[in-house]
Amino acid sequence: MREFGYERAADVPGAVALLNADPEARFLGGGTNLVDLMKTGVERPAHLVDVRELPLDTIESVDGGLRFGATVTNSDLAAHLDVRRQYPALAQAVLAGASGQLRNMATVGGNLLQRTRCGYFADVSQPCNKRSPGSGCPAIEGEHHNHAILGASSHCVATNPSDMAVALAAFDAVVTYETVDGPGELALDDFYLPVGDTPHRETALPPGALITGVRLPAAPVAALSRYRKVRERASFAFAVGSVAAALDVRDGVVHDVRLAFGAVASRPWRARTAEGALTGGPATAEAFAEAADAELAAAAPLADNAYKLPLVRNLVVAVLTELAEEAAR
Amino acid sequence: MTAPTTETATTETAGTATATTTTAATAAGTSAPPRPLTAVPGGTRSPLTRVEGPEKVTGAARYAAEVPFENVAHGWLVGSTIARGRITAIESDAVRAMPGVVAVIHHGNAPAINTDYQSIMGTPDPILGLFQQDTVPHVGWPVALVVADTSEQAREAAEALVVRYEEEPHDVVFSADSPDFYTPPPNMLGPADTAKGDLDAELAASDVVVDEVYTTPEEHHSPMEPHATTARWDGGRLDVIDSNQSTMFVAGELANLFQVEPASVRVRAEHVGGGFGSKMVKPNQIAAIMGASATGRPVRVSLTRRQMFTMVGYRSPTSQRVRLGADAEGRLRALDHQAKAQTSRVAEFLEPCASTSRVLYDAPAHHTSHRLLRLDVPTPTFMRAPGEAPGAFALESAMDELAVRGGIDPIALRARNEPDAGPVSGLPFAGRNLTACFEDGARRFGWADRDPRPGVRRDGRWLLGTGTAAATFHAGAGPSTASVTAEADGTYTVRINATDIGTGARTAMVLVAAETLGVDPGLCRVHIADSDLGPAMFAGGSMGTRSWAWAVSRAAGDLRDVLAEGGDIPAEGVTARSDTTEALGSLAEKERHSFGAQFAEVAVDTATGEVRVRRMLGVFAAGRIVNPLTARSQLVGGMIWGLSMALHEEAVRDRASGAQVGADFAGYHFSANADVPVVEAHWVEDHDPEDPIGIKGVGEIGIVGAAAAIANAVWHATGVRHRHLPIRPDRVLAAGTGSEGYGAADA
Repeated sequence: MREFGYERAADVPGAVALLNADPEARFLGGGTNLVDLMKTGVERPAHLVDVRELPLDTIESVDGGLRFGATVTNSDLAAHLDVRRQYPALAQAVLAGASGQLRNMATVGGNLLQRTRCGYFADVSQPCNKRSPGSGCPAIEGEHHNHAILGASSHCVATNPSDMAVALAAFDAVVTYETVDGPGELALDDFYLPVGDTPHRETALPPGALITGVRLPAAPVAALSRYRKVRERASFAFAVGSVAAALDVRDGVVHDVRLAFGAVASRPWRARTAEGALTGGPATAEAFAEAADAELAAAAPLADNAYKLPLVRNLVVAVLTELAEEAAR
Repeated sequence: MTAPTTETATTETAGTATATTTTAATAAGTSAPPRPLTAVPGGTRSPLTRVEGPEKVTGAARYAAEVPFENVAHGWLVGSTIARGRITAIESDAVRAMPGVVAVIHHGNAPAINTDYQSIMGTPDPILGLFQQDTVPHVGWPVALVVADTSEQAREAAEALVVRYEEEPHDVVFSADSPDFYTPPPNMLGPADTAKGDLDAELAASDVVVDEVYTTPEEHHSPMEPHATTARWDGGRLDVIDSNQSTMFVAGELANLFQVEPASVRVRAEHVGGGFGSKMVKPNQIAAIMGASATGRPVRVSLTRRQMFTMVGYRSPTSQRVRLGADAEGRLRALDHQAKAQTSRVAEFLEPCASTSRVLYDAPAHHTSHRLLRLDVPTPTFMRAPGEAPGAFALESAMDELAVRGGIDPIALRARNEPDAGPVSGLPFAGRNLTACFEDGARRFGWADRDPRPGVRRDGRWLLGTGTAAATFHAGAGPSTASVTAEADGTYTVRINATDIGTGARTAMVLVAAETLGVDPGLCRVHIADSDLGPAMFAGGSMGTRSWAWAVSRAAGDLRDVLAEGGDIPAEGVTARSDTTEALGSLAEKERHSFGAQFAEVAVDTATGEVRVRRMLGVFAAGRIVNPLTARSQLVGGMIWGLSMALHEEAVRDRASGAQVGADFAGYHFSANADVPVVEAHWVEDHDPEDPIGIKGVGEIGIVGAAAAIANAVWHATGVRHRHLPIRPDRVLAAGTGSEGYGAADA
């Protein structure tokens, strides 16, 4: 692996300045993904700017919602009482990811920026448009049984691996950041870029920006929410399909609903079509299934990943049915 | 040059006040404090915690890549990125100029390696002829070694090395329909094919017939400790600190490969973090020695996890057709087990799946066959229960299908088919006790209450089911030598060239010696894993403990007799030596195996494809159990591996590049802790009065049949038969719950 310089930033402006001083510098959070990628040569930074000690590790209530800093660890986020009360699906999503040791190290900022676990991306001897633009995508004709069914392109079919981001997508999270020119923010909807022909460009963050935190607006519906993740073993594996859902049912009618899917696209997939189909309608298993089908109508599965359609559909029905039953109690 | 801190049998001082039990303690030249050995209550014999346990849990135990050497240089292997072709150029000049680089070795400048010889394992794998050719037979084939002052410099330079190839078309797809399968010649496990009786006639006359194909994917050992070697030339002698399963075998191979006197090679493997068949002679040892020769420094070569997926062997994918025919009572009239596997283009290794059928059941028409397909892939090798692990998945799934179709309880079916003699050999069994295992297991598991109907038990979203399967593994032994010394201070020193690959071999030898001598185990120390200790069996084939204990107990018995005559013990001690070569030869020829019964309970959510194993229970007839504590660990470990095999493990090859996709622990899944439920391992009395040692070994039997028990339980839960491993969520989803009684749907 490439020799690299290392510096620990003392404050946010200092971190941004350090990063911008070297075009080959990278921010280092928990290092749970970046360091692995450095070992395999996928990432070759000349310089690491360690931001883990920055004073961005607080979780606070703001206007009925929550705001948490970029260096809050996954463990702390999942354990926070307000997160568990107001957005239980977020706590569940974070706990569904990685292992206890990794969650103690991994941070919110790093989680949002983690790279795909596509096996071709991870192997520098293979072509990959995301890692090496223009080199091709062997997954489309090759091994893709855990690749995207929604929003992919002929250039890349990789999925975003984050569990946390799926719950954040469901709850309209806003990502805040700092640049040399000052602060900015991006709705999660706009944070991840469409794949198109630029799979190597993953987020809309301006160059040199440091994620400072995430804001979750007030969402009463989120109090009854759930994250269900299906993976190829009981823990410590990325999803093959997941659903974050929140449901507010009144008199058998869907008053408000949030739905987002994981492991189906290059980004957490907010299921707005399904939400629209459900809102104002009956909270029945049939309606849940129809709504899932409406969302998945846009899916374009590959030869070996069409199972994700029934998987996601069944997950939507199962999770919304559970939530509806709990609402009725 | 500083000697490694691991110890040598020849330089140790045996006279410390109180016996220590590991070589590592005396090794560092310190007088280790006395350490009480911890006896664990409740076993059938005297259970003992690992004698080197404190060193391992405190980090004091040094593994091969951790033993410090002064001025050590680090070698990094470069693997081919193409699957077939020829190297046209290795642009090493730029890499030589990189920081810290001291040597770049490749086919253009490597010293000659001799691969023209035969050893107990046959001819050496051509991959050991490191850098002897410009042709490339598979992805990951070692093409160069970069040696540098630090590991990081070596890696950076190795990854920067430009190797140019002339590529040829390759084929890495294991397809059972290929016209290119061939019949391999007989090997150490016997002929490729066996046949007796008229299959077609017996099948036609059968009341119940099963004819199905079962497949298992490419699987990898991936022991926790990667392969690692440090080699140095020490006064004309080659000194190799290594992680392997047999210092004697490795030393012999290295002497042959480098054409030096066997006495000029010393190999030590003090602590080994798992082997499972993958740690014999591999490119890491050859590379470290080449590096040491080229630089005059000690050179260390550790493989990365990714390199382990291409350089150290794996279990071949298999496709197995099993045909069973039985009468109305379930007695087999026909058994046909046709097994297909792959090998590389440069060497032949056969995964002998059908050998399982040569032991478990007999039939008037009994046929077994093996076919191999050469592909542009790495050469497969022995991996925990080679043959039996995939073979029992196929055979024991088919037996379950036969039980279902015949309306017979699966345990009753197996009891009805207990053979009187070896189905192929005709030799008597030295003992089976398979029925005793099933009976004891059924009682412990609660089998009597089982409703045989599939798909009728529910716990919320989960469908529940139970399954069972038989297990078998060969019980063999290899010639070994040992010595036991009564020291003047009242302690005892055992010397046996065993290797402790995590099994607790050291502790077992302490127990065997102490029991034979009739002394407290705390008085016995043991030296192992040093080729200077002399010949002994390797840690493999479930033969290690049986072979070594035989030699140790004989030496200890002779010593006990000498000591019984009385007299003072001189300063140099009194030593008795043994060699079991003759004793092994005098053992009557019989079918000698361990057996077992596996049980599993699973929960299946057919809406999401998730399968969870809730309970596993195995009962084994594995001879005399030396240390219940570590024996149980091995059996449980094997069963968990079977769980992994059933639900998780699968290496995937990319057709276009020939490389494995996801060659790391993120991509290659095995069971995580959360997948592992309550796992119980028990054993039944299994005594053969003719067998002077009585130990059979428990290294492999635990995995055999476990995957079949789980797959059979998945059928019982869902009504769908899964004949292709692993039973992944997508396969379960696609299969659904089926509706036909036999569950004929494939996943």
